[in-house]
Amino acid sequence: MNLQQYNISENNFEQCIKCTVCTVYCPVIPVNPKYPGPKQAGPDGERFRLKDPDYFDVSLKYCLNCKRCEVACPSGVRIGDIIQMARIKYSHSRPKLRDRLLANTDFVGQLSTKVAPVVNFSLGLTPVKSVMDAVLGIDHRRTFPEYASQTFEHWFNQREIKKKQSAFKRHVSYFHGCYVNYNYPQLGKDLVKLMNAVGFGVHLLEKERCCGVALISNGLIEQARKQGAQNMAAIRKSVLDEKRPVIATSSTCVFTIRDEYPHLLGLDNSDIRQFTELATRFLYRLIERNEVKLVFKEDYKQKIVYHTPCHMEKLGWSVYSTSLLKMIPGVDFRMLPSQCCGIAGTYGFKSENYETSQGIGQSLFDDIGQSEADFVATDCETCKWQIEMSTFVPVMNPISILAEALDEEATMEANKEFCK
Amino acid sequence: MNDKDKKEYDVIIIGGGATGAGTARDCSMRGLSVLLLERFDYTSGATGRNHGLLHSGARYAVNDMESASECIKENMVLKKIASHCVEDTSGLFITLPEDDLSYQNKFIDSCLAAGIKAEAIDPKDAIRMEPSVNKSLQGAVVVPDGSVDPFRLTIANILDANAHGARTLVFHEVTGFIREQDRIVGVKVFDHKQKEQKSFYGKVIVNAAGIWGHHIAELAGVNISMYPAKGALLIFGHRVNNVVLNRCRKAGDADILVPGDMICVIGTTSSHVSYDEIDNMYVTSSEVELLLREGEKLAPSLSTTRILRAYAGVRPLVASDDDPTGRNISRGIVLLDHEQRDGLSGFITITGGKLMTYRLMAEWATDLVCKKLNNNKECETATTPLPGSRGVKEETEYSEVIPVNIQRTERYRHGELAAQIAKEDKFDHSLVCECENVTVGEVNYAFQELAADTLTALRRRTRIGMGTCQGELCACRAAGLLSHVHQCSNRAKEELSSFLNERWKGMYPIAWGDCLRESQLAAWIYNSVCGLSDYNRKEERKDAV
Repeated sequence: MNLQQYNISENNFEQCIKCTVCTVYCPVIPVNPKYPGPKQAGPDGERFRLKDPDYFDVSLKYCLNCKRCEVACPSGVRIGDIIQMARIKYSHSRPKLRDRLLANTDFVGQLSTKVAPVVNFSLGLTPVKSVMDAVLGIDHRRTFPEYASQTFEHWFNQREIKKKQSAFKRHVSYFHGCYVNYNYPQLGKDLVKLMNAVGFGVHLLEKERCCGVALISNGLIEQARKQGAQNMAAIRKSVLDEKRPVIATSSTCVFTIRDEYPHLLGLDNSDIRQFTELATRFLYRLIERNEVKLVFKEDYKQKIVYHTPCHMEKLGWSVYSTSLLKMIPGVDFRMLPSQCCGIAGTYGFKSENYETSQGIGQSLFDDIGQSEADFVATDCETCKWQIEMSTFVPVMNPISILAEALDEEATMEANKEFCK
Repeated sequence: MNDKDKKEYDVIIIGGGATGAGTARDCSMRGLSVLLLERFDYTSGATGRNHGLLHSGARYAVNDMESASECIKENMVLKKIASHCVEDTSGLFITLPEDDLSYQNKFIDSCLAAGIKAEAIDPKDAIRMEPSVNKSLQGAVVVPDGSVDPFRLTIANILDANAHGARTLVFHEVTGFIREQDRIVGVKVFDHKQKEQKSFYGKVIVNAAGIWGHHIAELAGVNISMYPAKGALLIFGHRVNNVVLNRCRKAGDADILVPGDMICVIGTTSSHVSYDEIDNMYVTSSEVELLLREGEKLAPSLSTTRILRAYAGVRPLVASDDDPTGRNISRGIVLLDHEQRDGLSGFITITGGKLMTYRLMAEWATDLVCKKLNNNKECETATTPLPGSRGVKEETEYSEVIPVNIQRTERYRHGELAAQIAKEDKFDHSLVCECENVTVGEVNYAFQELAADTLTALRRRTRIGMGTCQGELCACRAAGLLSHVHQCSNRAKEELSSFLNERWKGMYPIAWGDCLRESQLAAWIYNSVCGLSDYNRKEERKDAV
């Protein structure tokens, strides 16, 4: 008889002991009274929904999916997942055109990069913004990330760059994500430069699709599952067949593949999960094992503050990024208090969320404004958009900072011994 | 003594369970002047300690046709007159590999003969209908089972009795009878709140005290042989099933799983207890094990689902007069006219029966009262809806200011009476109980309109403290509101302390895993942060002096 031998039932919400600490850490509650908070929306609400699905509360849409409640929970309740699953299972409202446009980052990206100058110019025009607000519900006060004229994949697939990669002894695959591909290929180029310098050849996955985080948060679950399955197949090929671990520069892409795939999309990733990680963690652990060395320029001097994205908090990985930054001799480093910036991917783009979004990030913006930092370092692209729009302080990914501060020649030399 | 106490009532009813409340309603609707006396709070006996199953009667069909047909009739009546206390979930009688599948045909035939709709369905359809059911089932029969909230059902009867002029008193314990030769003319009562003796006079006294009716009859000088049968049950933290699950076999232990409100309940066991134990029911570890072992067969996920608490009630079974050993015990209704039976006039007893047949029991008792008082008015309780079930659930729009789920739960619990709950102030719709969505407005409504005078009474009226936290967050908030009502914070602290101890009593038999963690957190909050243990110690010192 196995009766009550296992405390963990399928319904993880039963482990909630109502300590309410999640509610204290929720960034939405202080700025949006319509949101009932993670305890009410998650474990408490789930009991009602099990009784009668009509108890699904539309105000659950105000959840950012930042997962800070899960980080705070001492009982291991996956509060954020419960709320996301409730939205997936019980919501009657179908995704609007706006949600589909925001969610399909790779489809929209493909179109936009082809005519990037026109798109970038138009998205900056006040009349265009007003029309988008009125017709689609995308807030007119929001600044759009610019689209690049040439995608990262296009740049990478140029003969000489791709060819060069097979000359290395050690190899990784790079999950670049939509942002690097369509908006900011420079980050991808920085990663290739950095990895090549430490003796790793960089490869693309056979077929990379958007990780699907925006599809999940906009309720397009079937499409997310389909894309997730395609990514899993590509990652499996890289990790299991080609023995190439997969690294990424976007904390959200990694978080989605590692945690949201099994928890929300029902995709089992147990065989490849530990080989899919953030580039900074990958590098730091190699340095710690003495398998990689980084040599930095003597004259690099910057004052940097680091912002912890919510999904980095959930992954528990900001320590890897910040430790690498602290290795640069000329860096004056300060850690900002860990808090949500308010953008939460596509959330902050929606007109109905704009006030909440900016309200959540206000104290962070104030802190950055007073910091006199040269720039903010962070691992998340949407945090970057939010902070740059709200503070005018430039934001850089730690990988780009490392690439800029790197003494490329000396690093190559230092890593030669590992590449024999 | 006020004027009301001096008057002679047509009928005095002893007992504030479903039967007493139902009799008070029926008598008052027929124009009689009524006094109801309850020694504690309403529903503190067997009425509040059962499955909350709205029987279709199918369970009794094979062995007790009479009870079965009473059940199905009352089932259909309650769905009409008490719609806000009833959930029409429907029920399944499943045959497992260890059961005899041939019993199914006999079962269906008996159900149909008793007037119960019973239809065999494909086991695959049963799994679709109720995904939590044991997947190895061999057969399934659908019957019109449901669930009923006995607390709100009883209060609705009290409210309607009051609306028809009945006087109902809680914490009034009958301590003796006033006799004039062979006639009972009144009762002696101890008022626990005012700590004083009182006397009330009535033409007919109805003993509706359930299992305690044995003692009441003794006070009147007559003998009823009650046979106390204890039944233990377990409450799980949330609904595992949305359809009532039964075993299709001869009725046995722990073979009914009922989804009730936010939770589900597995039960029951059945064991004889001696009469002096009935005021102190506890659940043993072997009962818990039995309930889990059998419950798991109905719905396997029960074995990993968090248990909220365990409780036990006593069935008021009556050994028939020619069988004092109690071997042939009927679960049917027992109405005793002590004038005919014992030569004692002015005194009748209504007992036996089930929660399901409370209204019919009340009708029988009232018919006899009316016969004695030469009242010819017909019974209307089967057709007149109770307060709360008088409609307008769907029509009224939800207010936009208050979260919809709060309004939805208020309507679920109080029907159209939810409109009486104060909503004007923001404070009114702030939550007292977060697990069960009980607002300050609802708590104050229960204090003012539903005769809730203690935290336990408040729990029965509103479900405060019945959720997963078992009082951890809500009890102190509710005690704060209670202190405003009584204008006394000491009394509220005593209430808080006894309420939490009562919650712990139910958690104790199943205190492991998350339940234990939660109770430890609650104990830490109340003892260390709120200083309740210091308060108790001080009280003890005072007592010692």
